[in-house]
Amino acid sequence: MSEPVLPENAPFIRIEGVSKRFGQFEAVRDVSLTIGKGEIFALLGGSGCGKTTLLRMLAGFETPTSGRIFIDGQDMADTPPWDRPVHMMFQSYAIFPHMSVEKNIAYGLKHEKMTAARRAARVEEMLALVQLTPFAKRKPHQISGGQRQRVALARALARQPKVLLLDEPLAALDKKLREHTQFELMSIQQNTGVTFVVVTHDQEEAMTLADRIAVMDKGEVKQVGPANQIYEYPNSRFVAGFIGAISTYPARVIRLTGDLTEIDIPAMGGTFAARSLPGLTEGQTVTVALRPEKVSISKTCPDAVNVVEGQVKDLAYFGKDSLYRVILPGGDLISVHTVNARRASESGRPADWDDRVWLSFEPASAILLTD
Amino acid sequence: MKSLASWFHRRGWRDLIIGIPYLWLIVFFLIPFLIVVAMSLATRTPTAPPFGYGGANPILNFEGYARLFTETLYIRAFITSLMNAAVATVICLIIGYPMALGLTRVSKSWRNILLMLVILPFWTSFLLRVYAWMGMMGRNSWFNGLLTDIWNLLTPQSYALTSIPMMNSNFAVVLVMVYCYLPFMILPLYANLERLDPVLDEAAMDLGSRPFQVFRDVTLPQSIPGIIAGAMLVFIPAAGELVIPALVGNPSSPMIGRIISDEFAQVRDWPMASTVAVALLILMVGPTMLYSRYQQKAEGRAEERP
Repeated sequence: MSEPVLPENAPFIRIEGVSKRFGQFEAVRDVSLTIGKGEIFALLGGSGCGKTTLLRMLAGFETPTSGRIFIDGQDMADTPPWDRPVHMMFQSYAIFPHMSVEKNIAYGLKHEKMTAARRAARVEEMLALVQLTPFAKRKPHQISGGQRQRVALARALARQPKVLLLDEPLAALDKKLREHTQFELMSIQQNTGVTFVVVTHDQEEAMTLADRIAVMDKGEVKQVGPANQIYEYPNSRFVAGFIGAISTYPARVIRLTGDLTEIDIPAMGGTFAARSLPGLTEGQTVTVALRPEKVSISKTCPDAVNVVEGQVKDLAYFGKDSLYRVILPGGDLISVHTVNARRASESGRPADWDDRVWLSFEPASAILLTD
Repeated sequence: MKSLASWFHRRGWRDLIIGIPYLWLIVFFLIPFLIVVAMSLATRTPTAPPFGYGGANPILNFEGYARLFTETLYIRAFITSLMNAAVATVICLIIGYPMALGLTRVSKSWRNILLMLVILPFWTSFLLRVYAWMGMMGRNSWFNGLLTDIWNLLTPQSYALTSIPMMNSNFAVVLVMVYCYLPFMILPLYANLERLDPVLDEAAMDLGSRPFQVFRDVTLPQSIPGIIAGAMLVFIPAAGELVIPALVGNPSSPMIGRIISDEFAQVRDWPMASTVAVALLILMVGPTMLYSRYQQKAEGRAEERP
């Protein structure tokens, strides 16, 4: 694993060696993370990867089997959920069905020592923040799903938590509403300065929403970093495959020459240059991974370092871009994504089914993975 | 003829299926009830059947209804019945609510075993269970002896008893009613509480509520339909209960069920018995309507939910 990227601000949430076992099942295994103040941090992973368990431990609904959690410098071990400076927006929203929108938002404020007028003003403020003022008196069953989500958000923010936990905040919304809500969440986060910890299984959601992402698998954190770092510099086959499309092939290190490494890729029937990784040794077996958009395709042999010939098996034309599936010399397939920057001639596409084509990629674009 | 066939095709089946329960209610509830109402307005005669209309007597005789409000026997019987039923209902609620709530919080396998235990008493005869309690409450039973010992231990010498007089009292009636009707409180409450989303409890906790506040603010308000359903199922039969007060009750302060039975069988005053029955039914209609209104509200909410 690469060195964790430190948040710009001082660590606000510190998770130290936290594990959680349910009977024989280890849901979270030795997770250590630091999350900065005012950051949007995403826990990304498939179902059962432990991300929700980790979130529930932050909220206090589950107790770590081992390890410690600090929030704003305080050890949370003996703090029950009702005393934590953390509020959660539940995946199902968990709006109280027997209370009006207004009462839902005011619920957390009951426990604050404040005058009735101050409390009412705070509720007003929250209603305005999520644009629900006209719906204040409605019951939850009288408003739409998107509106219910905003009630949940306002309710969680009303008490001015230090941390807001969001469990799959966009999962229950339709596509159009998702995009809108996503930007709304980001602007609310910027206006309030609250630290957001978002659990999601959707990589696009994590990449657009979060400042940093922790990719989780089988209870472990595989990689932590900003979206571009995780996408461009994945540290394992799991992370490379989980985030975005990628083609991977086994390879062997032939020769190390400074910045570049000469590798043998049997699937491509030759040796290629790739940017070196620290700690590689000659003769080591590695995995080489290529993102579809990092590979160029042409019908003439290009003047490039890494060139391989193939045959187009499949192509999908989307208008603004095209996706090719090309058979490599070894019989494997590679995905190539091209942007149709120039208007195609009437006679057809740059390459067609069964055409012989030349593929090329930059040495820096080839990702070497040892795990 | 053709239009009739098409009407039947369009609406007939639906109306027929909806109509069957209505028909059932009309034949087995409404018509008998109207007969009872009619009988309550008749005059008692030494004939068979022992009532009649007209002749030397008024065609419709409202004397029975007047007696309801003037004779202390009836007034006292109504008050005793309603009091006993109300006390039994409240005790059932106090005992049943934690049990129902507990049922929703245990694991699935335990839940089935415990639910079975709640229903288990129904497998023996109702009468047998009342007789068992008679034995337990009797002066020479181990149960009475145990309670007497506890009483003597806790009270000064001058209050010492050789046994506790439990039988033939309203205490005995309420005790046996609570025992017999408790499942009718637990089951609707359980059905209601089981449907509540446990995430709501977590949400309340997350927003700063301690467990008791979570119960008060979230669980209790949402379980009101269940409380009303359980209370109705206990209160209504308890108010008209005949067997329990007849076997363990105080004979000098009879309950309504006893009055109706005695008027019919012993006194052979069918019109008066019918009058009391009609009065009891009217008294019970109020709470029932409250219940159905609540249910409609709850169902309306469920329907509007997407």
